[in-house]
Amino acid sequence: MRRLRFHPCGNFKESYAQEITVFETDFGRFWLLVGLVLLFGVLPFVSSPYFLYVCNMIGIAAISALGLNILIGYTGLISLGHGAFFGVGAYAAAILATRLGLPFWVCVPAAGFVTALTGMVFGIPSGRLKGLYLTIATLAGQFIIEYILVHWESLTQGTMGIVLPEATLFGLVIDGDRPFFYVIFICLVLVTWMTKNIMRTRYGRAFIAIRDNDRAAEGMGIPIFPYKLLSFGISSFYAGFAGAIWAFYMISITSETFTLSLSVEYIAMVIIGGLGSIPGAIFGAVFITGLNEILRWFTDLFMNMGMATGFGLNMASLRELAFGLAIVLFILFEPKGLAEIWRIVRSNFRLWPFSY
Amino acid sequence: MDFFIQLLVNGLSIGLLYGLSAMGFVMIFKSSSVLNFAHGELLAMGAFLFLVLTTWAGLPIYLAFLVTLAGSFVLGFAVERLFLRPLIGESLIFVIMLTVGLASIFKGLLLFFFGGNLHTYPEFLPAGLGVQLGNVFVPPVYVASSFIGIVFLVLFGLFFKFSPQGIFMRSVADNQTAALSLGVHVKKVFALSWAIAAMVAGMSGIVLGVINGINVHEISAIGLKVFPVVILGGLDSIGGAIIGGIIIGLLETFTCGYISPSLRDVVPYAVLVCILLVKPYGLFGLVDIERV
Repeated sequence: MRRLRFHPCGNFKESYAQEITVFETDFGRFWLLVGLVLLFGVLPFVSSPYFLYVCNMIGIAAISALGLNILIGYTGLISLGHGAFFGVGAYAAAILATRLGLPFWVCVPAAGFVTALTGMVFGIPSGRLKGLYLTIATLAGQFIIEYILVHWESLTQGTMGIVLPEATLFGLVIDGDRPFFYVIFICLVLVTWMTKNIMRTRYGRAFIAIRDNDRAAEGMGIPIFPYKLLSFGISSFYAGFAGAIWAFYMISITSETFTLSLSVEYIAMVIIGGLGSIPGAIFGAVFITGLNEILRWFTDLFMNMGMATGFGLNMASLRELAFGLAIVLFILFEPKGLAEIWRIVRSNFRLWPFSY
Repeated sequence: MDFFIQLLVNGLSIGLLYGLSAMGFVMIFKSSSVLNFAHGELLAMGAFLFLVLTTWAGLPIYLAFLVTLAGSFVLGFAVERLFLRPLIGESLIFVIMLTVGLASIFKGLLLFFFGGNLHTYPEFLPAGLGVQLGNVFVPPVYVASSFIGIVFLVLFGLFFKFSPQGIFMRSVADNQTAALSLGVHVKKVFALSWAIAAMVAGMSGIVLGVINGINVHEISAIGLKVFPVVILGGLDSIGGAIIGGIIIGLLETFTCGYISPSLRDVVPYAVLVCILLVKPYGLFGLVDIERV
């Protein structure tokens, strides 16, 4: 057993290995372990079904937001089509499960790969475009995918939607909130671990180099176009993976979910959480999903209080308002997002009682 | 043949509307290079302000029109001053998401006060404005909107060509640093261009409302239609916005008439992707090549 070290009070790193290390002290490992035990051992057993449902939604959103963070936060490519990719994953899983009868554990990764391919096709404009032109191209991608999902009726059954078969894993039937909680959060933990490690390898460093200065990156021998496509591919894989799990969890899917506003929600998660930060994507998912649920709760409350239904209906518009306000206020006052607030809180504790 | 002419007239008038809506968008992009996702909501704000002034406050039409223009001017100014000025020099994603957030706020406010129903203005255009083209009748609103569109296009052309403020705006669009060092008050130019753009947007919103009725969702959807229009015309060309709007409008109505009505909403975006891949600076945009 190694000696438990405290955080140093300054930056005393001597090698690159120290710089990219995941856990600076064994306390980090310890707290992570405690967190995982609480997450898997305690949370599913003490929470109500509704709370568990919210947790599951958070988990799915977090997987998708992690993917978008690779694209926006690490590679600097802004995509307005993430919601559509999420939908492609959901439909791919549904079609694979109903038409080909593939099992759950094949469907979900396969849907991820289908979505990754789609994402790479829609990432092709990034070979010539960057910045806002690329953003507009992904906006067009969003509308085109939405159109295909609704109108390719022989495959997607249009507005009727698809009903998925029951998910089974290793002979066990996964239904209800608690089994899905385990599936979703084990996937989330794996995906987080994978993302963290992608960012420590040459691929992650190449993404960051492209974000910071694409011409300098090209000059240093990074082939930009393949790496941009790879980034689109990885990010869409995450979206598709999350979408596939979501489809199995929701049992029936229709195309109305995967609109531009879903894409905007994912970008909001990434920004409110913190661009280019892995915990940030998860914080963002918690924040936005939580905000949605709280506002829905308020809407229901006002509806049930027997106030004029007109007023209750108007509350629905306040969701839109609160969502917009959250984005605007975070951008204006804490553009680095919740991850930065978390960092400040932690560093205050680290130097306690001598924090300044 | 009549069907063709009917489609042509419809396409032209819808296209002109798109062009009018895109004009304000282009003005904002031209001077401050902000991609404004809240443009549809700016249109809607103008349309609803006019609605309030005409139906609820009962002002005469001309006065209501002028007050709407003034109100939109103030709104644009306030938006720039409060939200966009702190972001000067920040990276693109923040600016884009800020306008997305603003769009959401405006939409929420409008839905809160007016709901998602269709509202209409009282009838105020004289019926004599309609024009009979062979067997096809052009309704008065289309004539009036074409007239307004052309007048504004000419006015803005003159404004950018000759007035000092217009020349400042063009200089800032061309090179911010150079304009700054030559004594142009860049921030003032930003504020002015947002104010003017919001004014144009308010005016276009009224025209849209007269033709289609006023519905928050529909008008903000037109704000997204602006993207194919401006990319086709060139992001920084005001004349290009009008021509791009007309081309997209014609394309939409002809697809709707001859191929399939369901394709109508997706064709502009398919065109958009093609244009971006082949000629990203559009028909009349400033070619500023940076290979990546």
